[in-house]
Amino acid sequence: MWEYTDKVKEHFLKPRNVGEVENPDGVAEVGSMACGDALRLTFKLDENKRIKEAKFKTFGCASAIAAASAMTEMIKGLTVEEAEKITNQDIAAFLGGLPQEKMHCSVLGQQALEKAIAYYRGAPMEKKEGQIVCECFGVTDLEIEKAVRENNLTTVEDVTNYTKAGGGCGSCHEKIQEIIDRVRAEVREPVRPKLTNIQKIRMIEDVLEKEIRPSLKNDGGDVELIDVVGNRVLVATRGACAVCRASQQTLKGFVEFKLRELVTPELIVEEVKA
Amino acid sequence: MTTIYLDNNATTRVVPEVLEVMLTYFSELYGNPSSMHTFGGQVGIKIREAREQVAALLGASPDEIIFTSCGTESDNTAIRSALAAHPDRKHIVTSRVEHPAIKALCAHLAESGYRVTELPVDSEGRLNMEAFEQCLTPDTAIVSLMWANNETGVVFPVERAAEIAHNHGILFHTDAVQAVGKIPIDMRQNTIDMLSLSGHKLHAPKGIGVFYLRRGTRFSPFMIGGHQERERRGGTENTPSIIGLGKACELAARHMEEENSRVRQLRDKLENELLARIPRARVNGDRVNRLPNTTNISFEFVEGEAILLMLDRYGICASSGSACTSGSLQPSHVLRAMGVPFTMAHGSIRFSLSIENTEADVDLVIETLPGIIAQLREMSPFWQTEGQSCAASS
Repeated sequence: MWEYTDKVKEHFLKPRNVGEVENPDGVAEVGSMACGDALRLTFKLDENKRIKEAKFKTFGCASAIAAASAMTEMIKGLTVEEAEKITNQDIAAFLGGLPQEKMHCSVLGQQALEKAIAYYRGAPMEKKEGQIVCECFGVTDLEIEKAVRENNLTTVEDVTNYTKAGGGCGSCHEKIQEIIDRVRAEVREPVRPKLTNIQKIRMIEDVLEKEIRPSLKNDGGDVELIDVVGNRVLVATRGACAVCRASQQTLKGFVEFKLRELVTPELIVEEVKA
Repeated sequence: MTTIYLDNNATTRVVPEVLEVMLTYFSELYGNPSSMHTFGGQVGIKIREAREQVAALLGASPDEIIFTSCGTESDNTAIRSALAAHPDRKHIVTSRVEHPAIKALCAHLAESGYRVTELPVDSEGRLNMEAFEQCLTPDTAIVSLMWANNETGVVFPVERAAEIAHNHGILFHTDAVQAVGKIPIDMRQNTIDMLSLSGHKLHAPKGIGVFYLRRGTRFSPFMIGGHQERERRGGTENTPSIIGLGKACELAARHMEEENSRVRQLRDKLENELLARIPRARVNGDRVNRLPNTTNISFEFVEGEAILLMLDRYGICASSGSACTSGSLQPSHVLRAMGVPFTMAHGSIRFSLSIENTEADVDLVIETLPGIIAQLREMSPFWQTEGQSCAASS
């Protein structure tokens, strides 16, 4: 048995705004009957461009109905610009939380909202963008990326709870993990505090000494740090690197890669003759 | 609010007659049945009686009855014992609609080198007997087919299947957890080697099961320990539950006729009235070869969990094969094996009755469910479009 909050139960038993708005400004359909939940959202704006009316129809479980009901309540009175800021987390929070396995219901609500706003702005009722990763539930890489980013997901199981992706045959679990890894790598960066020039130069020196030069020396090569100008790291090649035709690749693919990874992603490595 | 319990395939109430015989064996006659003293020994005598009661219900001999902790343990015992009896054979035959106790076990064994054939079923949930016979090979160690399906109540012809398996020199096991107590079973009239049953499905407590092992069948124990159950299942006996199960089996034999007449009629009334009152509903599974207490009905365009929660407000307990109720994201493996479309599978509800149910129980469902389905369909984006156009075209 699911442990639903009183608010979820209340919105399930007495859903607000069931139905369809006549002559809507925004329309969206998300999900499918095969997936077990589907949502049709319609909304209409008033003369001040605020959402006057929003209605939904849902095929799905109690939490899917409650999430749709909550979302329509939340967007009423908002401008489209305000409404599009609503995340699936906001919908879940409005309901006092959802069981982890049911978070996909809040995602469905947010997706419908996003799509209905896109429709209002003139986007056709088009097919999903991105590439299908989960064939069973037709979930794309873009949808998974978004869920991972916005909800700070770290495991395949999390992704399944939020998007359904990977909940069927399971053959896409590896691909989902790759997406998680990719997004996690991205989101780690903004956390890094801004470096002063002195700190940056010290870190560059440090990484060169400990991480880069030892490997190059193993192959008989080497680099020397000449100067740091803004984000440009000027180095000179030494040893085998100085005569190696692939040294450019080494500088970009290894030296720059490492420095970007361990110091800051804005760095550009340039070779100077000195 | 009174509870209208229509989920007896999930578990049943321990009836007062059963509870009554058990109570003494908790803190009064608590002796160990293996002890030499009279205090323990008298419990041993009660266990012997319980074994006789279980044997009588199955048409078995008492020495063929081994008490276990549950149906799952009995299933594990059967499959693992058969594989141990034929270490050279690496093939297991089962069906696509088995209970997880068998399904997950076979999947686990498949990982350690066994080949598992899961026989398909048709749209009514019936076994293809031709495909069954064709898949048997000299490498097959065991065939395990459920006697009756927990979700649909569909009954497999296991007695005939056992004959076929034996013609190929293969051991036959049946998970009879849902069948025992609901339909007559007489082990003298068939050749089934091993059978599993579970106490809590027939008004005995949870945590007690039986593994039936036909006399003369090669066996190797699953639970190894003391000399209990003639060294076929180690572990101190769960005496109160064993004694309760004995009583429950005696009662089941006595109620068998009622189960197959009054309970069947209640089930039929429930099913027929719901089909008559709710458009675009259908029964899942063979309505002929079926347990008398079970009906599995799909209501198109609505989702099962929502239906269950609405029924719950009236105190009505049932279950669903929808994805949302299972914790997984796919609807019931049984309905999928039958090719029930997803649109129908998500809206499936199982009602399972027992001799404890009354006509008033069934009438309450007949009165409330049509309104619930209508309310949810009103909310469904598919009902307006597809529902009405389909209704108009049919």
